[in-house]
Amino acid sequence: MRKACRRALLTVIAAVQLILAVGFGVFTSGVAYSEEPELVVWHSYRGLEEEAVLESASVWGQQQGVDVRLVPIPFGAFDSKIETSIPRGNGPDIFIGGHSNVAKWVDFSLLQPAINEVGAQRASADEALVVEGVPYGYPLALKTLVLLYNPELIDSPPSTTDELISMASAQTGEGSFGLVYEATAAYYHAPWMHAFGADISSGSATDLDTPEHAAALGFTRRLAADEEIVPLSPSSELMSSLYNAGKAAFIISGPWFVGDVELPIAAVPLPVVSETGEPAKPFLTVEGAFVVADSEQSALAHQFAAWLSGSEGSEIRQRIGLQAVSLASAPPSEDPVVSAVEEQAESAVLMPTDPTIPSVWEALERALRRTVRGAATPTEAAHEASVYLDVFSRPPPTPASPTPYLILMAVVLLGGFWWCFITFRNPHLRSSVHRHRRDYLWVLPATLSLTVLVMLPFVVGACISAFAHQGGEWTFVGLKHFFDILLSRDWPLTSPMSFYYTMIVTVLWTVTNVILHVSIGVAMALLLREPWVRMRGLWRALLIIPWAIPNYITALIWKTMFHVQFGAINSIIGAFVPGDDPVQVEWFGSFATAFSANLITNTWLGFPFMMVVTLGALQSIPRELEEAASIDGASWSERFRFVVWPMLKPALMPALIIGSVWTFNMFNVVYLVSAGEPDGSTEILISEAYRWAFSRGNRYGYAAAYSILIFGLLWFYSRGANKVAGKKVL
Amino acid sequence: MRSVKPWQSALIHLSILIIVAAVLYPVLWVVKMAFEPGQSFSAGGVPWPSEWSLDNFATVVLTADSDGWLFGRQLLNSVVVSVTTALIGVTLSATAAYALSRWSFPGKDRTISAFLVTQMFPGVVMLIPLYILLDGVGLLDNQLGLALVYSTTSVPFSVWMLKGYFDTIPTALEEAALLDGCTRWQTFRWVIFPLARPALAVVSLFSFMTAWNEFILAATLMSDERSFTLPVVLQRFVDNYGTEWGNFAAGSVIVSLPVMILFFMLQKHFVEGLTAGSVKG
Repeated sequence: MRKACRRALLTVIAAVQLILAVGFGVFTSGVAYSEEPELVVWHSYRGLEEEAVLESASVWGQQQGVDVRLVPIPFGAFDSKIETSIPRGNGPDIFIGGHSNVAKWVDFSLLQPAINEVGAQRASADEALVVEGVPYGYPLALKTLVLLYNPELIDSPPSTTDELISMASAQTGEGSFGLVYEATAAYYHAPWMHAFGADISSGSATDLDTPEHAAALGFTRRLAADEEIVPLSPSSELMSSLYNAGKAAFIISGPWFVGDVELPIAAVPLPVVSETGEPAKPFLTVEGAFVVADSEQSALAHQFAAWLSGSEGSEIRQRIGLQAVSLASAPPSEDPVVSAVEEQAESAVLMPTDPTIPSVWEALERALRRTVRGAATPTEAAHEASVYLDVFSRPPPTPASPTPYLILMAVVLLGGFWWCFITFRNPHLRSSVHRHRRDYLWVLPATLSLTVLVMLPFVVGACISAFAHQGGEWTFVGLKHFFDILLSRDWPLTSPMSFYYTMIVTVLWTVTNVILHVSIGVAMALLLREPWVRMRGLWRALLIIPWAIPNYITALIWKTMFHVQFGAINSIIGAFVPGDDPVQVEWFGSFATAFSANLITNTWLGFPFMMVVTLGALQSIPRELEEAASIDGASWSERFRFVVWPMLKPALMPALIIGSVWTFNMFNVVYLVSAGEPDGSTEILISEAYRWAFSRGNRYGYAAAYSILIFGLLWFYSRGANKVAGKKVL
Repeated sequence: MRSVKPWQSALIHLSILIIVAAVLYPVLWVVKMAFEPGQSFSAGGVPWPSEWSLDNFATVVLTADSDGWLFGRQLLNSVVVSVTTALIGVTLSATAAYALSRWSFPGKDRTISAFLVTQMFPGVVMLIPLYILLDGVGLLDNQLGLALVYSTTSVPFSVWMLKGYFDTIPTALEEAALLDGCTRWQTFRWVIFPLARPALAVVSLFSFMTAWNEFILAATLMSDERSFTLPVVLQRFVDNYGTEWGNFAAGSVIVSLPVMILFFMLQKHFVEGLTAGSVKG
């Protein structure tokens, strides 16, 4: 027996090793190191633009005898990947991206100044990549908004907004819309804003509270709501599906829109705003090739980037990628849409590069949504936006002296050692540990890997909360972030931005979710165990599907199902409501409905888990007990209450507690479905932390403090839950 | 057995049908967009393709680079990373769970708490420290590094579930094996392991899914297109300037299918395996 055990064990270990060795061998050998020099280029292009950059790489690579390796990075991970890998020497030689983050990248010392000559640039493209007088990166292409239209519906494009509105009105009706654009996105509001003389480039809060901003907000409200020519809450998905159905006459978008289009399309620069007589000026983004600070091939990298920017590279981008190139000497594009972009670029306003601009976006978009929804007048909204921006752009807390904290840490550490010392002096414990010494070997692998790969990163991340980050600079601030958050220094307690408001929403979110998950899960499990229910296996398997599909996909589907005009949910409700008027529940217009939308989505995602756990637990409850109760005359509900539930509860308790911890931190659903709307009121703590880290000027320290508070809350919750459950669960 | 009246049975079947339909409804939109030609988002109408085409699948599946079939490589990558994650995850959690279930050594309760406490860490703050850590030990851009990170995220839940299951297995069998001269490891491997198969299946599937669906870590820790996993590839269809919905949906279907097939295959184990044991115990 012993020998057989050992031999079999050895076979298994050998087999596992073999599988691993083969698996990894394939990959380690796959990264071939050739003799030729290799340039690594990161980009996030797709479709034609990707084809163009691939072609350029192969043409230049063959000329120079250099291997150019292009790595397409998903857009969603691009910025964070650049910021994490380049400072640690793992970046590419070149990356291609828009200019709006260039100041931040320079702050983080990610880039080398551009040294090679490039030809004169169109519009203000050479100005775009200059930070404090030094040019960084080589300009490649221009992106801006233009007015796109369906030439089958519109004969001659409008030159003023009044003409646009009257033409669009004529095209609106019976499910068609005159104008489709993302009215409440700041980027799409910018053209009007500039025409009204308003400006955000300074990033300062007082600049938002001006009559010009109020007038521009009022104009967007008129266009997007009062004139009834634009669909309610339009998104980029809607634009292409309406256009392709022939139900959109005008679109405000950029050259990227054309890729999705199946009908003929034409483009002109945006019209003159009739109120001011000024042309609408969209923002201009200049895409550039940036040479990375510690590129090992920097001479080659500069050479390739400059070549891309020059005439040969421009020709390829224009011909294959259908891009508006920035090189002035390039001939005008023959593509009508691209040439409209080139024309528009001449009058467009360069996207500001100040690192505080994302905070301006957030404040401005809040104002836009409130104005368009009618929740605030334009003047009020502009004022509120400036109050918000004032908090977002507030300088970090004053530096604190680290000495008291170091002393405190030393005391805590000493205390810890002392505690260990006292504990282990107990001879009883020592002999017990000695006796069980081999037991520890069994838990060691798991404990060790969790300590290194989970605890350690968390502790390091947690330490960040004692530092404030602004513009690449870190300062030690001690516990000031915690005071700011817990004393709600910046917001009144009842504001959706305050920690306590978000905390209450998060608790409400967790409780309602868990109640729904458990009740639906248990109900379905009870139904699906009855032997007379047909095809139980099939139903069980189908009900598990929501759990099997990646939730970032289904969350997006749910979001569009809640759309006010085109969403499936409103049409279904409409089918049950008498009358011909379409049901238009504005799901993301009020807290209750937006919260419900999140809740419905997450219940859909979460109940299968509880159902499966219940099915498992039910198997161990003998049916005889229920039958006995039934014979004694117990009703269905009595049987459940007095027989099934008491036996089910102990099995469900751990799943319930761990499920509630997961729900508490359920970032994806809240972020993708309601995105905090309206006005950040449906945000939960984890999504709020994310916003502070990534969309409000990279306040990593503040976000880390939020995360620690989240952890603290969960920790207290688990202590309480153990008491309620009557035994140690967590 | 109680008798069920026909009308009750009909009513209950009908309600099950309605619930299943409601649950499948959003999934049908994914299927519709995947099988319809074009990249635009379907907003109205019926969630059923009006015109069938495999173009989107072809675009997603037939991507190639100079080395050959890129998608195949990325698929293999996903499989290797996910299977390794499941192997490591199950090994780590099964040994720990067995010890925690069978022996009462000093510090046992604290260990269990510490495991579950790690579930409460918000991931937002951990990405950069993890990156630095993996960079330091040379596991960046490496399938094993990614699998290690994934498997630790699934260990606490797995330990909790396996411990519950081990608690339900009577100790008499192990005692007999020990009397026969097997070591504790052999007993565990040859007596407990086969008995715990359902729970191990569930735990493996959990660990597998953690790795199979994740993209932020994968995109940050891997820097070679050939070492990307499928969710990273899928994310490329979404960007600031709009989403290629047709490709995205087709990719989603491809990514979800293996998990669904595994679910169907392991269904029986699933129900058994998730019996947390508190009832029998």
